[in-house]
Amino acid sequence: MEEGCSCIYSRMASRFSIGLLMILAIVLLMVRVLYVIYRCGKPLPKGVSQSFTTLIVLGSGGHTAEMLSLLSVLRKDRFTPRFYIAAATDNMSLQKARSFEDSVAEKPAVKEASSQFMQIYRSREVGQSYVTSVWTTIVAIVHALWLMIRIRPQVVLGIRWSSIFYVESVARVKKLSLSGVLLYKLRIADQFFVQWPQLQNKYPRAHYVGCLM
Amino acid sequence: MEDRENAKRVVFVTVGTTSFDALVKAVVSEDVKDELQKRGFTHLLIQMGRGIFFPNKCDGADGSLVVDYFTFSSSIADYIRSASLVISHAGSGSIFETLKLGKPLIVVVNEDLMDNHQCELAEALEERKHLYYTHPHTLHQTLTKMELESLVQYTPGDGTPVARIIDRFLGFPDD
Repeated sequence: MEEGCSCIYSRMASRFSIGLLMILAIVLLMVRVLYVIYRCGKPLPKGVSQSFTTLIVLGSGGHTAEMLSLLSVLRKDRFTPRFYIAAATDNMSLQKARSFEDSVAEKPAVKEASSQFMQIYRSREVGQSYVTSVWTTIVAIVHALWLMIRIRPQVVLGIRWSSIFYVESVARVKKLSLSGVLLYKLRIADQFFVQWPQLQNKYPRAHYVGCLM
Repeated sequence: MEDRENAKRVVFVTVGTTSFDALVKAVVSEDVKDELQKRGFTHLLIQMGRGIFFPNKCDGADGSLVVDYFTFSSSIADYIRSASLVISHAGSGSIFETLKLGKPLIVVVNEDLMDNHQCELAEALEERKHLYYTHPHTLHQTLTKMELESLVQYTPGDGTPVARIIDRFLGFPDD
């Protein structure tokens, strides 16, 4: 009789602790999400850091040209080391990024952390059906998480903040791209930039910076 | 021969990495070639990309327009530089490369492409009088009406406003 009772108690206890752990995990996640939403968009205090590890996400073709044009006016000592990510099916962008890094390399006397170049699975290829995109997007998210853990585990764990800047393509005059809509509406980007005044009228939280090309 | 070289005025046509047979066909049609010659152009050079329509080459020995083509090149900057007029698909890379080199530009939109957000950029730049914007079947019409001298030179932008905002956000002192 007692054995039967202790069996029931231990099963109840383990179900109770599993439930408690799950509730704890959900609460922690919610706190984290609320903190991220609260913190997003708030500028950093002055002088908090001399340089920032920078991740540069390259779209293909003209987007890469736009990005490299933008990077050329950033002070390299402030944004280093630099990690470049391009789609696995894009064979030109990382090559262009390497050429860019070679062209801006300081004299050997100035020691600087070297840049790294990585590829990522695309969530959707141009023309791919939105239905099959669901699976490829899930794969891409897992791959992205894996890359982030390799580059900056502290950010994934929530110990350090990572500021996100999104520049909408110059080719977007009246409508945002899908990426732009997601990052703007979900308030994921700390700062959002558009290149045409029509877009700033529609999306007032964006910075209108004119044509960057 | 020397005179011809000095008077050489090239029209460079580019479709980038795409396939745009409708543009290539339009450009080698008789009335377009006639109009180009009337306007004093002597050479037509076509970068045809992945297209499957191969135009006829012409050496211009009979006084007609010299026509030549190639599929791809690692860089088309030199071709743009030696051209007097560029006719391009609506890719933003080709458009800005041409505008930055200060060449007159006609952008032709590919109607076969789905979700043609490309034409927004061409339309917006035409509004600012930096280029002419047309379709393959209206290319001839545009050529007859265009006034290249009325185009406004494009002033290239740069990323400085973005850099400034990002620097300030990250707490860097203003330079």
